[in-house]
Amino acid sequence: MTAANPKNDIKTVLVIGSGGLSIGQAGEFDYSGSQAIKALKESSIKTILINPNIATNQTSHSLADKIYFLPIKINYLIDIIEKERPDGVLLTFGGQTALNAGIKLDEMGIFKKYNIKVLGTPIQTLITTEDRELFANALNEIDIPIAKSIACNNLEEAMDAIEVIKFPVIIRSAFALGGLGSGFANDMDEFKQLVSKALSLSPQVLVEKSMKGWKEVEYEVIRDNNNNCITVCNMENFDPLGVHTGDSIVVAPSQTLSDEEYHMLRINAIKIIRHLGVVGECNIQYALNPESLEYRVIEVNARLSRSSALASKATGYPLAYTAAKIALGFKLPDLPNPITKLTVANFEPSLDYIICKIPKWDLSKFQFVDNKIGSSMKSVGEVMAIGRNYEEAFQKALRQVDPSVLGFQGFKDDERDYGDDLDSLLSIPTDRRIFAIGEAMLHKNYTIEKIHDLTKIDNWFLYKLETISNMYHKLMEVKSLEQLNEVLLRNAKKIGFSDLQIAKSIDVASVSEWTIRTLRKSFNIVPYVKRIDTLAAEFPAQTNYLYTTYNASKNDVDFTSTNSDESVLVLGSGVYRIGSSVEFDWCAVNTVKELRNQGKKTVMINYNPETVSTDFDEVDRLYFDELSFERVMDIYEFENPLGCVVSVGGQLPQNIALPLFDAGCTILGTSPVDIDNAENRQKFSTILNSINVDQPAWMDATSTEDALNFAEKVNFPVLIRPSYVLSGAAMSVVRDKNELQKKLTLATNVSPDYPVVISKFIENSQEIDVDAVAYNGEVLVHAISEHVENAGIHSGDASLVLPPQHLTIEIKRELKTIADKVAKAWKITGPFNMQIIKENDNSLKVIECNIRASRSFPFVSKVLGVNFIQIAVQAFLGGDAVPKPVDLMLDREYDYVATKVPQFSFTRLSGADPYLGVEMASTGEVAAFGKDLLESYWTAIQSTQDFNIPLAPSGMLFGGDLSNDNLGKIAQLVEPLGYRLYVTNAAAQEYIQKYISNKGNVQIIELPRSDNRKLRKLFQDFDIKSVFNLTKTKAENVDEEDYIMRRSSIDFAIPLFNEPQTAYLLAKSLVANISKKIKSPDTEEYTIPSEVRTWDEFVGGKPI
Amino acid sequence: MSQSEIKAIFELQNGPKFEGISFGSPVSTSGEAVFTTSLVGYPESMTDPSYRGQILAFTQPLIGNYGVPSSEERDEFNLLKYFESPHIHVKAIIVAEYAYKYSHWTAIESLEEWCKREGVVAVTGVDTRAVVQYLREQGSSLGRITIENTEPVEFFETSSTHLVKEVSTKKPFHVPALNPVANVAVIDCGVKENIIRCLVSRGANVTVFPFNTKIQDIAARFDGVFLSNGPGNPQMCKETIDNLSQLLANGAFARLPIFGICLGHQLLALASGGKTVKMKYGNRAHNIPTKNLVTGECHITSQNHGYAVDPESLSSDEWKPYFINLNDNSNEGMIHLKKPIFSTQFHPEAKGGPLDTEPLFDRFFKDIEEYKLYRLNNEPHLPKTEIVNQKNLNAIIHAKERVLF
Repeated sequence: MTAANPKNDIKTVLVIGSGGLSIGQAGEFDYSGSQAIKALKESSIKTILINPNIATNQTSHSLADKIYFLPIKINYLIDIIEKERPDGVLLTFGGQTALNAGIKLDEMGIFKKYNIKVLGTPIQTLITTEDRELFANALNEIDIPIAKSIACNNLEEAMDAIEVIKFPVIIRSAFALGGLGSGFANDMDEFKQLVSKALSLSPQVLVEKSMKGWKEVEYEVIRDNNNNCITVCNMENFDPLGVHTGDSIVVAPSQTLSDEEYHMLRINAIKIIRHLGVVGECNIQYALNPESLEYRVIEVNARLSRSSALASKATGYPLAYTAAKIALGFKLPDLPNPITKLTVANFEPSLDYIICKIPKWDLSKFQFVDNKIGSSMKSVGEVMAIGRNYEEAFQKALRQVDPSVLGFQGFKDDERDYGDDLDSLLSIPTDRRIFAIGEAMLHKNYTIEKIHDLTKIDNWFLYKLETISNMYHKLMEVKSLEQLNEVLLRNAKKIGFSDLQIAKSIDVASVSEWTIRTLRKSFNIVPYVKRIDTLAAEFPAQTNYLYTTYNASKNDVDFTSTNSDESVLVLGSGVYRIGSSVEFDWCAVNTVKELRNQGKKTVMINYNPETVSTDFDEVDRLYFDELSFERVMDIYEFENPLGCVVSVGGQLPQNIALPLFDAGCTILGTSPVDIDNAENRQKFSTILNSINVDQPAWMDATSTEDALNFAEKVNFPVLIRPSYVLSGAAMSVVRDKNELQKKLTLATNVSPDYPVVISKFIENSQEIDVDAVAYNGEVLVHAISEHVENAGIHSGDASLVLPPQHLTIEIKRELKTIADKVAKAWKITGPFNMQIIKENDNSLKVIECNIRASRSFPFVSKVLGVNFIQIAVQAFLGGDAVPKPVDLMLDREYDYVATKVPQFSFTRLSGADPYLGVEMASTGEVAAFGKDLLESYWTAIQSTQDFNIPLAPSGMLFGGDLSNDNLGKIAQLVEPLGYRLYVTNAAAQEYIQKYISNKGNVQIIELPRSDNRKLRKLFQDFDIKSVFNLTKTKAENVDEEDYIMRRSSIDFAIPLFNEPQTAYLLAKSLVANISKKIKSPDTEEYTIPSEVRTWDEFVGGKPI
Repeated sequence: MSQSEIKAIFELQNGPKFEGISFGSPVSTSGEAVFTTSLVGYPESMTDPSYRGQILAFTQPLIGNYGVPSSEERDEFNLLKYFESPHIHVKAIIVAEYAYKYSHWTAIESLEEWCKREGVVAVTGVDTRAVVQYLREQGSSLGRITIENTEPVEFFETSSTHLVKEVSTKKPFHVPALNPVANVAVIDCGVKENIIRCLVSRGANVTVFPFNTKIQDIAARFDGVFLSNGPGNPQMCKETIDNLSQLLANGAFARLPIFGICLGHQLLALASGGKTVKMKYGNRAHNIPTKNLVTGECHITSQNHGYAVDPESLSSDEWKPYFINLNDNSNEGMIHLKKPIFSTQFHPEAKGGPLDTEPLFDRFFKDIEEYKLYRLNNEPHLPKTEIVNQKNLNAIIHAKERVLF
């Protein structure tokens, strides 16, 4: 079934992407954007994509026709529009970023001026859903209740407000940090008391209806411009109202709603969406009273969202694809259901399974961060698990979030330090609440009633957790393997227990996962494979979207005819977290693309709903399932593939490579034994020594004394990596004896069982990333990227420049020689990456080697115009497919430079110290091309979220380390551009004055310590538009002036430079570009800046 | 999981056997095996008279989550608040996983307690997706459930049973509106509570008649006639079809509004000379897309039927198809070219299911309004239908008492 294009004049469409991955706006927009572009391409429409996120799948020429790696900023959008003259624009596939840009462009009259049609949901609808008041009015017109909030400036106004809103209410003080002065009131006495207290802290209070403990339910709605309207999926939050839906555990479909509730909310969703006039996809969130039919609308997102990505994966219904088709004018009944091909898109999927989504937080990576979760999202990724009961899906999901978690469980031993606080850990949601529930249920004998009272989580969910708890208790009574009978084992598997979880739960010493596996297979207890077909098997549909379950008696797939020569199993990246995100999805997707090119059938395993690799049409078979040893083995045994690719999904699949190999799986590429030789520090070091490749001095310290002796021998600073962490970050730089002693006694437990790897920390040296692909130990291609920052900043937080601008031919040769030696020593076939330090005497030391694709693979591939993953796959397959080696660094010339810069999310992590060090803190990355380094950096840095080039005569605030020239040299460069310089103390003033000629242009301002309002006013009064705070060490406490300076720049969305080399590069970029590239409002003539070129114009073709 | 597990075997005639655990009445039984893909609404489905005598498998794997609400509670019209009829009509239910513990503010008992109280068989632990795959391939099949340690029963052939007779009210009864605007006669072939509610809440004083009532004799007293849903093969309802034919043939009723749903739609087609066919495995779901052939609009509908009207068999001088099923192109409704008569295969009253097509009741009332106006202006000689409780029709007030087994 295919539908003809609707009649219109749309030939070229501008698609606005979402930029770098950040908290609240992550991989889901690569997925939705990719689907939209796919839908347009299918209708023979040319697409122009703007997205500086170079690691994405959508920025590939197999999808978009023209790609701009440029900031999603108004001026650049206008430049592109001026240059490309598109007929239409899609605003709803690039998250809030694209939506905001679109609304702004419309306000400025740009769409009208260039006669560009906004496709899909009209601008006015977008504006209505974004504006709280317009939205409330619109819903009022159709008698739909909305969560009301009234701002009051005094007690009298509050008394009027309570007449409207009625008890129970929540009172919040406006402009107060951390919810200070908020509280619930059930009667007039409580109300008056709370309002008075809140008004003493803040000039204004907000009175809102309290919906504490209400259920939160979402519907994904699609409407076409013929008024056909359907709800594709509904979802219910495990966590009651109050936790951002992005930070909530979510199930789909809803499980605790009756027909009356489900359809009341459904029909109102349709009523609302028709009234608002959405054309395409949108999401509606409700609060539902758990004891009546009372409900409120929380919000409507008139665009693709994280929830819509989840709903697409949960149902198999491609929401973004359909929304894009509707934007082109297609009608729902004319579109085929792309998953079944038999039925139409105008239907509502019926699920015969349950999905569970659990967010992934990475808060422990940050200092001073508040780990409470609430109205502002903090998670960096999420997982989705599929099962045929709640327990199965839930326990799968918990393991997917963190493979060191067994399933539903209490705190890990090192986190059990909660004292008497368990009740508050239950009642105040944090990133650890689910483990607090496990702790209470499994170890503290809390009743369901008590847990419900504290958490307000619906009893239905708690009963299911109780089932798991009961199984634990049964398993604990098993004293020998003989007692682990078939019925018990089968029942445990049915509620999602992993083999390892069973092994650890029974009261039998040292039972391995493998023992349980063997036992259960002897009982013929194996999972079944089921299909996701959108219609609960009602019609035959040959989909390739699969999951495994123990709650079945029949496979949907016939494995008897599977031919092992044909298929390759590819392990995806798993959950997005700090250090592993969309770049590995790009690697996985490109792996299957090339495997298909080479005539192989592809089988993908991944469980991340934000990814393109879990799109059913990318692969021949998709298992949306765990990337655990157990599950991968199960699938391997079903599929019996030619081999398995473990090296394109980041560290997670790499971790199970050796066990898979030991269990007899064929691993394509470098042998897992050799991979292990690179991951084990001792083996790694020995091999490097044997091939004469240098490395920083290091040792395995088994006592504090050992460590101290080593540190004194090599001189401080040293880097310590404990193998067992009590609290805080895993790695740290130690600068003196006292600090080392403190770290080794307080934070870690150094002992022969838990050695600490301690190594010389090399500072003030350049760091280099080498990405390469080898075949049988011979390097086929390699890329050398230089870091802007000096060594010591985690490579994931570093700014990378390619081709390198400061390396001599000799150094490049030497780097290639190291790559050759390493490839040979480890017999590498496939991708690998090294981080190398170039000391000031030009000596090169390898600090890390990963025998897998790295985070920078998409960057180097796209910059050099050579797909490293494609070559890696050719190497995996061997034979004629393997290309001839080529030296991309020495044998080719490049007339452009690309810079990749990190994207941070400190804004979302209230309190976190924006400090860069050996622990990675960035959540994403962006990149830009330019004719030289200064142009590409200028463009790249503007591509990061909320970054605005500070323009003279705005204020620049300086602070931090005054012990060297770094800060002064920056002041020296920028002061002549007309900025006003500010510092916070006399010492800093004196220091800066030494570097600038206009000594009067550096003023002292005093930062208020505890009053955020005064702080904000100060920044406004002095028009501070950038902060330079260079520091060597993390803040000791939150009263530190440098911490306040860094944190406030984040809180007030002002660019922060906290690292000397990038700060200096920015200063140079300002000097070089500001006069040339910032348009004066008076110039009549329209000039398009030189960086506004497509990717193919830069690299000269569309090789990727 | 329950401590004293009783095993049960669910078997399809000439087909696979599924072993599960009984959680309902522990008696072996048999009936036509059907499945629904609805995600919610098990109390509504189970009390829907259209499911009379069937073994119903749910594809939604988790059933019983929100317990069972009160069968006593009534709304402002004295209609059952939560059920579609006073009792369970399915013979048995088959689920993948029964929720032994429930949670909901309206629940007063568990699904297990309710099934046991009503003598309904229930089996959990069955791969219901595999059941659907079999039924989808083989078509409608007979099924039986054998409880551990009891004798299996014979496969019970239902196609010759007059199921409508079993579920229709034995005597007429009356449901008055709060602010009446019209009188509507409902021919009860197994009417759902919410159909009556949809009529009465719009201002109709509703009088519900047994399926074999001579409609043609009472129609003059009413402003509209409604033909209800019901179980089984429409061709079993010979009396109703005959009565309807006479009503349609009578020129005096040329302007009388008639609305039929599900079985009512099929009976209307048969009475007009059309044909019905047995479908391979029927349509039972809450997600079925239908297209309004008059406006082009699409709606998601609630359905529950094993027979369908053959649109080709309808006289094109009188009828045109009103709605069509977008999944299998089966007929979903018809509309008369001249008279105010229309009918749908799907359930606009929902319960359970989507409420998209409920406005069709408004259309029926618009027809009624026009009819009343016409009669006022043009047929003053005809007896007026007074908007009063028509007690002379021997109506019984309580809906509860209508179905006399």
